[in-house]
Amino acid sequence: MAWTNKVMRVNLTEGKITEEPLNMEWAQQYLGQRGLATKYLVEEVDPTCDALGPDNKFIVTTGPLTGTMASTGGRYSVVTKSPLTGTVACSNSGGYFGAELKAAGWDMIIFEGKSPKPVYLYVHDDSVQLMDAGDIWGKSVWEADEILHKKHQDALIKIALVGRSAENGCLYSAVVNDLHRAAGRSGVGTVMASKNLKAVVARGTKGVGNIKDPMRFLQATEEGKRVLRENAVTGEGLPKYGTQVLMNVINESGAMPTRNMRETQFEGAHKISGEAMHEPRASDGQPNLTTNAACFGCTIACGRISTVDQGHFTIKNKPEYWKASGGLEYEAAWSLGSDNGVDDLDAITYANFVCNEDGIDPISFGATVAAAMELYEMGVITNEHTGGMAYNFGSAEALVHGVEMVAAGEGFGRDLALGSRRMCEKYGHPELSMTVKSQEFPAYDPRGIQGMGLAYATSNRGACHLRGYTVASEILGIPEKTDPLATEGKAELVKAFQDATAAFDSSGLCVFTSFAWTLDDVAPQLDAACEGGWTTEKLVELGERIWNMEREFNRLAGVTGKDDTLPKRLLEEAANAGPAQGKVNELGKMLPEYYKIRGWTADGVVTDETKQRLGL
Amino acid sequence: MHHVIIGAGPAGVVAAEHIRRLDADAKISIIGDEPEPPYSRMAIPYFLIKQIDEKGTHLRKGADHFAGLGIDLVQDRVATVDAAGKQLSLAGGGSVAFDRLLIATGSSPATPPVPGVESQGVYNCWTLEDARNIVSLCQPGNRVVLMGAGFIGCIILEALASSGVDLTVVEMENRMVPRMMNEASGGLIKAWCEHKGVRVHTSTKVEAIEASGGALNVVLSNAETAGADMVISATGVRSNIGFLEGSGIDTDHGILVDTHLETSQPGIYAAGDVCQGKDFSTGEYSVQAIQPTAADHGRIAASNMAGMSQVHQGSVNMNVLDTMGLISSSFGMWMGVDGGESTELNDPGGFKYLNLQFADDLLVGASSLGLTDNVGVLRGLIQSRTRLGEWKDRLIQDPTRIMEAYLARTQAVGFNAYVV
Amino acid sequence: MLRALKLEPEKCTGCLQCEMACSYENEGVFNPSKSRIKVFMFHDTGRFAPYTCTQCDEAWCMHACPVEAIVVNETTGAKEVLEDTCVGCKVCTIACPFGTVNYNSASGKVVKCDLCGGDPWCAKACPTGAITYVDGDHTGLDRMRAWAQRSQPVEASFNTPASKDVSSYQRA
Repeated sequence: MAWTNKVMRVNLTEGKITEEPLNMEWAQQYLGQRGLATKYLVEEVDPTCDALGPDNKFIVTTGPLTGTMASTGGRYSVVTKSPLTGTVACSNSGGYFGAELKAAGWDMIIFEGKSPKPVYLYVHDDSVQLMDAGDIWGKSVWEADEILHKKHQDALIKIALVGRSAENGCLYSAVVNDLHRAAGRSGVGTVMASKNLKAVVARGTKGVGNIKDPMRFLQATEEGKRVLRENAVTGEGLPKYGTQVLMNVINESGAMPTRNMRETQFEGAHKISGEAMHEPRASDGQPNLTTNAACFGCTIACGRISTVDQGHFTIKNKPEYWKASGGLEYEAAWSLGSDNGVDDLDAITYANFVCNEDGIDPISFGATVAAAMELYEMGVITNEHTGGMAYNFGSAEALVHGVEMVAAGEGFGRDLALGSRRMCEKYGHPELSMTVKSQEFPAYDPRGIQGMGLAYATSNRGACHLRGYTVASEILGIPEKTDPLATEGKAELVKAFQDATAAFDSSGLCVFTSFAWTLDDVAPQLDAACEGGWTTEKLVELGERIWNMEREFNRLAGVTGKDDTLPKRLLEEAANAGPAQGKVNELGKMLPEYYKIRGWTADGVVTDETKQRLGL
Repeated sequence: MHHVIIGAGPAGVVAAEHIRRLDADAKISIIGDEPEPPYSRMAIPYFLIKQIDEKGTHLRKGADHFAGLGIDLVQDRVATVDAAGKQLSLAGGGSVAFDRLLIATGSSPATPPVPGVESQGVYNCWTLEDARNIVSLCQPGNRVVLMGAGFIGCIILEALASSGVDLTVVEMENRMVPRMMNEASGGLIKAWCEHKGVRVHTSTKVEAIEASGGALNVVLSNAETAGADMVISATGVRSNIGFLEGSGIDTDHGILVDTHLETSQPGIYAAGDVCQGKDFSTGEYSVQAIQPTAADHGRIAASNMAGMSQVHQGSVNMNVLDTMGLISSSFGMWMGVDGGESTELNDPGGFKYLNLQFADDLLVGASSLGLTDNVGVLRGLIQSRTRLGEWKDRLIQDPTRIMEAYLARTQAVGFNAYVV
Repeated sequence: MLRALKLEPEKCTGCLQCEMACSYENEGVFNPSKSRIKVFMFHDTGRFAPYTCTQCDEAWCMHACPVEAIVVNETTGAKEVLEDTCVGCKVCTIACPFGTVNYNSASGKVVKCDLCGGDPWCAKACPTGAITYVDGDHTGLDRMRAWAQRSQPVEASFNTPASKDVSSYQRA
């Protein structure tokens, strides 16, 4: 089996660390990572608890294929109750940290309570201890990472930690690992900081060795790599352009949310696209993109490493940013760019650097700035609120001001740190918040991609593209093309994507493999590694079980069918341009059918029959 | 041509084999005075903890290795050297004529000037025979006092401690391994040993060893007296040069040699612990008494003996030591140079330490505790005199990035041989 | 002709498939910390450099070994550690000027690249062709030139998976 069969439980209140075996019965039902950790969460945490209180738990979890030779097998997730949405939160990250934690011999770490003072957890195989974090509290992710590496005199430790934004209570703070990979969404970093937990430092020398059938596993993973290599998206598009391969494609589809989703196409998209990142800059002749980079075990290597022009206004006098660092993913390029009307590639790259540096989810941040810009242009937010900075759409200066303020937890940054929903409410215009269940939208306008409207509305962690990425089918034709403007069949499509994604997220693999892989490609890899007869069918059922489990947690937390909706703007204001011009999202046509095929009541409650069928 | 090698340690054996590689027909003899096949003192600690048997200490494993190479092994002790007459007289009575001679007689434990040091129950830990005696006397509960916490003392600590004896270490200097570690790191090794239950007295001399009813009393300069069933003396080593008196071969601490490792007498060479060879870092001639230098000397002396002209550029003084599981290493000018710069990381809680010493933008020395990955690159950076450029400041900021510094400054990453 | 590992850092994406393959072949575990090949990371420049023993002619490690535990494999040219003979004295780890012999505290022995007996798994596992096993007469000269040119990049670089036959892994 590829599980380590070990769970670490850290009681932060008492400073006590204990070890327990992984619940293998649950592992058979929930596999690992997202599914299994969520099972622990729903069993152990009161759904009504204060997400930032000591009763919430914070789970860092790997999957069975994490740390193995399976392509992309380096993922870990953070599972907790979200302070942003009040729902279950599960944020997934790559980099190297997850594999290191697995190599240290741990499937999962469950943090409980709240430490009386700032601490970090140091994990070196079986040697684990809570250490004083007094000298790194108040430091950025980048500063603290450097201090910890030097303190432990070990270049090979891998660190997941929070930045200043989380310490300051920003509700969409991320957990950042390996300097620029992040478990980004839903404010999981905020929960971590609320427990006075600054970092988890991992060094693993045990590795992952208990593969069920090693030779079959090597063959299955090699075959998986072949499929990724020969696929146009994972073998070429993603390595070359990263997820930014989508910028021009989505813009042409008329599904590019622009200026707080007032518009559906961005005239500056070509200036901030994946292609643009390859172009030499007029200023210094260098491209924005330095190279691509892989996460642990990944044979796709979609990661972007970028360098900002040293003469650019954002970093002219800041040599600490004159280096290569994590560049723009599509979601960040959209949220910091199109949604704010900013087409300055280096400015949004810098803003993205700061998001990494201080652990800020760039999607939620960018979307919140977009709402602030709309309120500013309406005269609701004024220079008095912003400290003199004009928050007009298109202002790169405002974007940079905003991100620096959120990072530092100062001035107008404190309003922005509330997230779009709370900030818009504060200023009396909740209708301008482009959120579902208080989480900001990602980069696909559901008027131009109808299925995504349903996926957003029903997502268990609020608006999110990673809970059911029907874009793959509706725009890219994966696994088969559907009409993005049609609603027929979308309920079924959304369910299928949601369930499959939950399975990917529970395995230790990256969901981006699903551009090329279906569960048919995943099952043989899992089955060779793990006991339990992992077939495609079992994985589909697993995904559905996880989805319903999450749904039930949310219901008990008070987030119900009435929250399965979209902002009025998307339901009532027609798209202004592009192929979807004149369309709104027709959620009402899809939602009832979706509830029905989910086996839920007309109010969206999981029925007893469905629970029974899924063994819940 | 008869090549005679005195000493059956690593320098002598490497030299004999290398001569054979260069000259298929030469007659080669090794004269050693111990009744064992050539063995390695480096392996003795592992023999003491019974990780290996005696055969595991042997320099070469094949039963007929030396015979197969046509190398004669002679067990005897050389009494005198007649340099002009190219003749050796043996303690056993015979004599041996040579054309080329390599003196690789190694070193022996120094006897500290302590009253009572000749008492029964005081041992060295140097030869296999010493090791056998120590093994037989290390019974659980027995009290053992180790005089000297240098390299030899530290490397046998684990063996002594694991045998269950009650252990006390006495070191004259203010820290452990003073010839390899500075105060910070030597102090950490002491803390480590104490953490493992060993009593350690530093800045303490043994004033006297007194017999007391079948046991010993070790009188210390700190006014304490330690009872002991056995005392192990490990206070340093001296080159074995006594038999050269009157031979015309010039000596100092060891045998003086030129850059070809040739002594003051033509045709006579020296190698290993007995050889006062060139130190790479200082350019001075000194006795290093370390395994890699012995091998370097053996090879180079052999080439010169076989008629090739090979210059010894100097060996980097370096050491690696495992003190009860805490691994330390030091390289070159680890104590620094005048006008140089240094950087240091110290994590007493984690028993980790790293210190780099620079002159201009060259790495000239280093010492470490707890560093095992890629540690050899410290030697590489020192010996290749790699210009560190901007990486010097990066290393001062974060000395753990030695491997990155090396790669960045020498590559063409990939084909990396021949940089030294 | 002896073959050698050819390392082309500019093609490396840092995925560590090589480290996993190496550790699996040698230790039976996916365990980068026990890999004989290491990918070194240069965060500030976005570069990665796989590096391992080049089986150098000088064989510093072999000559420094006091107990003849490192020997040449005449078929592959690799300098191999005889695990049964190695006593763990670590002298080779400080003797190797490339830093590519490491002490494994779990086994109490040293480890280094042995070219997997002539079928190096790292090369098989590398998805981008940054590690290949080639005839040994490739000199480093072309590589040095390429590297020098690359130090002032004017184009974004990116690496895509290189096409290859599906490798088969056979572990003894």
